[in-house]
Amino acid sequence: MAASPDKARKATKKPADAMSMEELLNAYERMLLIRRFEEKAGQLYGMGLIAGFCHLYIGQEAVVVGMQHCLKDGDEVITSYRDHGHMLACGMDPKGVMAELTGRIGGYSKGKGGSMHMFSKEKGFFGGHGIVGAQVSLGTGLGFSNWYRENDNVSLTYFGEGASNQGQVYESYNLAALMKLPVVFVIENNRYAMGTSVERATASTDLSHNATPWGMPSLAVDGMDVLAVKAAGEQAVAHCRAGKGPFLLEMKTYRYRGHSMSDPAKYRTREEVQKMRAEHDCLDSARKRLEELGVSETELKTLDDGIKARVQEAADFAQTSPEPDPAELYTDVLVEG
Amino acid sequence: MTDILMPALSPTMTEGTLAKWLKKVGDEVRSGDVIAEIETDKATMEVEAVDEGTLTAILVPEGTEGVAVNAVIAKLNGGAEAAQPAPAPAPKAEAPAPKAEAPKHHAPAPALLEKDWGKTKTMTVREALREAMVVEMRADKDVFLMGEEVAQYQGAYKISQGMLDEFGPRRVIDTPITEHGFTGMAVGAAMNGLKPILEFMTFNFAMQAMDQIINSAAKTLYMSGGQMGASIVFRGPNGAAARVAAQHSQCFASWYAHCPGLKVVAPWSAADAKGLLRAAIRDPNPVIFLENEILYGHSFEVPEDEDFILPLGKAKVERAGSDVTIITFSIMVDTALKAAEALAEQGISAEVINLRTIRPLDIETIAASVKKTSRVVSLEEGWPFAGIGSEIITTVVEHCFDWLDAPPVRVAGVDVPMPYAANLEKLALPQPGWVVDAVKKLF
Ligand SMILES: Cc1ncc(C[n+]2csc(CCOP(=O)(O)OP(=O)(O)O)c2C)c(N)n1
Ligand SMILES: [Mg+2]
Repeated sequence: MAASPDKARKATKKPADAMSMEELLNAYERMLLIRRFEEKAGQLYGMGLIAGFCHLYIGQEAVVVGMQHCLKDGDEVITSYRDHGHMLACGMDPKGVMAELTGRIGGYSKGKGGSMHMFSKEKGFFGGHGIVGAQVSLGTGLGFSNWYRENDNVSLTYFGEGASNQGQVYESYNLAALMKLPVVFVIENNRYAMGTSVERATASTDLSHNATPWGMPSLAVDGMDVLAVKAAGEQAVAHCRAGKGPFLLEMKTYRYRGHSMSDPAKYRTREEVQKMRAEHDCLDSARKRLEELGVSETELKTLDDGIKARVQEAADFAQTSPEPDPAELYTDVLVEG
Repeated sequence: MTDILMPALSPTMTEGTLAKWLKKVGDEVRSGDVIAEIETDKATMEVEAVDEGTLTAILVPEGTEGVAVNAVIAKLNGGAEAAQPAPAPAPKAEAPAPKAEAPKHHAPAPALLEKDWGKTKTMTVREALREAMVVEMRADKDVFLMGEEVAQYQGAYKISQGMLDEFGPRRVIDTPITEHGFTGMAVGAAMNGLKPILEFMTFNFAMQAMDQIINSAAKTLYMSGGQMGASIVFRGPNGAAARVAAQHSQCFASWYAHCPGLKVVAPWSAADAKGLLRAAIRDPNPVIFLENEILYGHSFEVPEDEDFILPLGKAKVERAGSDVTIITFSIMVDTALKAAEALAEQGISAEVINLRTIRPLDIETIAASVKKTSRVVSLEEGWPFAGIGSEIITTVVEHCFDWLDAPPVRVAGVDVPMPYAANLEKLALPQPGWVVDAVKKLF
């Protein structure tokens, strides 16, 4: 957590206390599922089974998994095109996600949306958006609907640090603060927007300060540590549920892979990537903590095998599910009748 | 034993050059290690290992060009991972269209009224666009390039490769992802006499900036009674790319063409790209310059003459014919030429007009052709409703009604958002067969 003189910008809970062993084991499993799923997606892309833009979430898993542990049924989640992790964290079926990546009828959007555009009403996942920053206003609208209905649900609105420069993001901060909307703005600061580092795109790089002009509380969080994410997320979500208005979280995280599959990534050194992987990997630290808590090698191995099998099952499904029927081209343009 | 396959590393890659091996036979490979470098159609990419084990064989030596995606390039021994099965063909899928390497267009039949610029050289549309910007920036200090990833990254689609080196950071400027803001900034600079070239990473993102383009750039000259306008080029890829779904695949030609105060240009060939972009940069008005991502890698003949430039507002007859006129622009010129070829085999002689500029529309060239052929088909990739085809056909009816032997027909993209699935995407975009069918209805 960033040290800050501002009371609102300090987490109230110590990360180590944020999760019970059971919760941590569960979080570890979800993070591992995302990691393995994304590795498989990268492999299928390389084989030409997935096409177009495909943005992997590898490295950032702790953010969505930690935040998801703060949610209850009825809360909403919305994010950008880098959305596979968010969907898996929301409990969406890996088979349906992978089949959407391959453009098959068994995918969440019947193959019509692809990697960047998936939705699940059932799981409260509102997409999957391709225009940088657009989901932030939409997420504010999800919060608005909770305020309108006078329920205590919260909208988790994720976006990148690159997106945080867009005008509509600032407009959304103001709207949410003005109307006291239950929105947790989660900046996933993975340091790069395509090839542009945060220093080259943002005049003031302490993004948690972006909340200040609107009187919105905020925290800067170690987004590579699932416990720290959970601790901060609890505070933010509680604030929103209590009707006190929006909260901003800056998650300091890192993506290991290129921006999308076609990014040569010449804007950073391999050493930089290797260092983050070696010293800050969310799976490594969670695993270490679990071992300290007495979880055995064999237990972890069993868990690992289970996930590999689930991911393989998803990949198989994604290759055997048929392409959409040609008639699907014309459906879903307007609600008929 | 696990096969390592040649990976696809971009939406448009079908083959690549195995530039370099970073591991040799006998080396231990860990997941995440860089094992090779591959040159794609866009860039040099590092290939990371997915599986672990010992490298037991390298099957494709470094320097090999034209290695097909999914070819086995090396073998790994050991590791717990089972060998990755070969990709199963999609059930019920149509056989995937064999993707040819980026086509090289041969010099088309000499066009009517087109000035002869003499000797030519082969270049890609990508190179032609860069050359146009470079020569204009050398000639005029007020011209500068701004946009996302145009400088240090060398352009998201590598159009501005090397330009930061030549012109420096005051004239080749990276922006944050703030389309509305930086477009307003560029228009303001243009109102004060500078001549910005604004690159949108794709035109899909220019929708964020629509207000500044229409309300500020297009209308200021009029609102100021002619005192000030904006000499500015808005350029970037427009239209369908490959498999990037609804928010990243659409044609904006008719959106911009609707608005007075703008010129709208859509090049097809590399010569179009170079000649028209030079003219657009010199034009004192705001010009929307709609490129096409798929065409960037295509090669054409381009005049070597240093002064080579093409006028805005003039269409080009790409193929002369006598029975029907097909009027189109951008990548659909390819589709029209293929259709004309197929029609020729059936004894129908089709004339193909490449509009080059959509607004102002070259009514003269259109009318001359239609008066000759008496039949007309418009062709565009975008949606049919209120599309460019509607404008073309209205114009034809207004100017050549008495010469028509059949009602004009428009061929356009299917009236739906672009789907991601391979089979549906293919069904959504005009194919040469659609044009052939439309033409045959006219006889
Ligand atoms: C309005 C808009 N402009 C540009 C793009 C192209 N683009 C896609 S992702 C991206 C970088 C975004 O970076 P960031 O917000 O940091 O998210 P990250 O990719 O790091 O998750 C850009 C420029 C876009 N999709 N939408
Ligand atoms: Mg980022």
